[in-house]
Amino acid sequence: MAANSLSALKALLFLLCLLPAARLGWLAIEGGLGANPIEFVIRSLGTWTLVLLLATLSITPLRRLTGWNVLIRVRRLLGLFAFFYATLHFLAFFGLDQFFDLRAVIADIAKRPYITVGFTCFLLLIPLAVTSTNAMQRRLGGRRWQRLHRLIYVIAIGGVVHYWWLVKKDITQPLIYALVLGLLLGLRLWWRARPAAVISRRPA
Amino acid sequence: MIIRRPTDIRSSEITEEALYRDRRRFLTASGAIIGAAWSGISLAAPVPTTFPNLRKSPLSATEKVNSWQDATTYNNYYEFGTGKADPAHSAHTLVTTPWSIQVDGEVKRPRTVDVDTLMRWSAPEERIYRLRCVEAWSMVIPWVGLPLAPILKRLEPNSRAKYVEFTTLNDPKQMPGVRYPVLDWPYVEGLRMDEAMHPLTILAVGLYGKALPNQNGAPLRLIVPWKYGFKSIKSIVRIRFTEQAPATSWNKAAPNEYGFFANVNPAVDHPRWSQAKERRLGEFLKRETLPFNGYADQVAQLYRGMDLRKLY
Repeated sequence: MAANSLSALKALLFLLCLLPAARLGWLAIEGGLGANPIEFVIRSLGTWTLVLLLATLSITPLRRLTGWNVLIRVRRLLGLFAFFYATLHFLAFFGLDQFFDLRAVIADIAKRPYITVGFTCFLLLIPLAVTSTNAMQRRLGGRRWQRLHRLIYVIAIGGVVHYWWLVKKDITQPLIYALVLGLLLGLRLWWRARPAAVISRRPA
Repeated sequence: MIIRRPTDIRSSEITEEALYRDRRRFLTASGAIIGAAWSGISLAAPVPTTFPNLRKSPLSATEKVNSWQDATTYNNYYEFGTGKADPAHSAHTLVTTPWSIQVDGEVKRPRTVDVDTLMRWSAPEERIYRLRCVEAWSMVIPWVGLPLAPILKRLEPNSRAKYVEFTTLNDPKQMPGVRYPVLDWPYVEGLRMDEAMHPLTILAVGLYGKALPNQNGAPLRLIVPWKYGFKSIKSIVRIRFTEQAPATSWNKAAPNEYGFFANVNPAVDHPRWSQAKERRLGEFLKRETLPFNGYADQVAQLYRGMDLRKLY
């Protein structure tokens, strides 16, 4: 792919990834956030964090299935947007829901398993975001960088668990995320177990 | 029991002139209803769409009420979906007329009654109550409520009746949510007899002076303001008197999270979240949750000697 069209693809994705945030801003102005706007905003930001985590994790399988190697060039963008929404999600919880009540937030993180897991995942995302630049990748060296970034598997699992544990009874939504995540991780395990079989099945 | 009474007549309690002038029409209509009842004609009339000249109650809260919009678009009514906006979107399929309520169990005479009869037994009045959801949000809602106690007396429970069990309609044709086993349908709730007979306990047939919208549990729902919202069961089709505590839906679904009593208690957290504070819809900062949702003066004596940490 030419450099131009890659930049265009990235610009398009960048704008797409901003849409959920823009929508929330628009709804806030319009008064369209419903009867419990704070809950709406926090839930929405959490949802988009999960979606972007799964989108990031789908790059490798998609690339392998389609042979479109260009996909790897947009993975960082998706991962950083996952971090962007996770940060907003946390800030909304801290600032809007708890109104910067540090003691209450610390108590929640310590006492409520779903918050413990969610907050841990957020912390784990930070080193990944910090080491996302080309320079950091070079400094760490490919192998070490890759090992560090495997944390994304733990984070995505933790993210789904965080959602699963917070719902009152109807687990349909978290189940959907769990199944998609299961598929994305399962494909990796499958390919790892049977690398040759997959290659031989690939179209020439 | 201490029942607090406002010391003066508030301006909101003064009947509007238009309503006052309409009293003749109301009297004529009432006369017609009484006449029809007297002559033994079955009315099967729908619940009125508006309730003019509602009697105000000294039991009403004096806080600012939430908007109609809040109360009718943010609902937990899993029979119409588990999202807060689902009931407002889907509950139009609920058919509320005709509607009858089966009465059985420990009673002198099992029978069915309609909402109209209940309204004759216990006159509708305005009851402005705080509603505290187990999910840590709250609203203030002006219900049109029928005090439950006179109704229960008319239903003549026998001496073995220690509890009252309520059941919601369970019809997959009208209620898309019951096609999924989110809860063990039908939805069942229950009260101890003294809780059911308490003057604060009402059956609501409306809110904001209008008939109950379907998403709020039309045509008839329970309101127990000192308990978490899930006790206030919607669209009731059956009232059964029992000797043993009824098996209630949320208690069956997660006994460690939802007790039979489910009294609002800031000191006993839900295992997954704190109950110390709540978000009053429309407010930015959370407010402290009050024991028994602020109705402790009226109801705490019902639970004297009980360990409310264990019997949550």
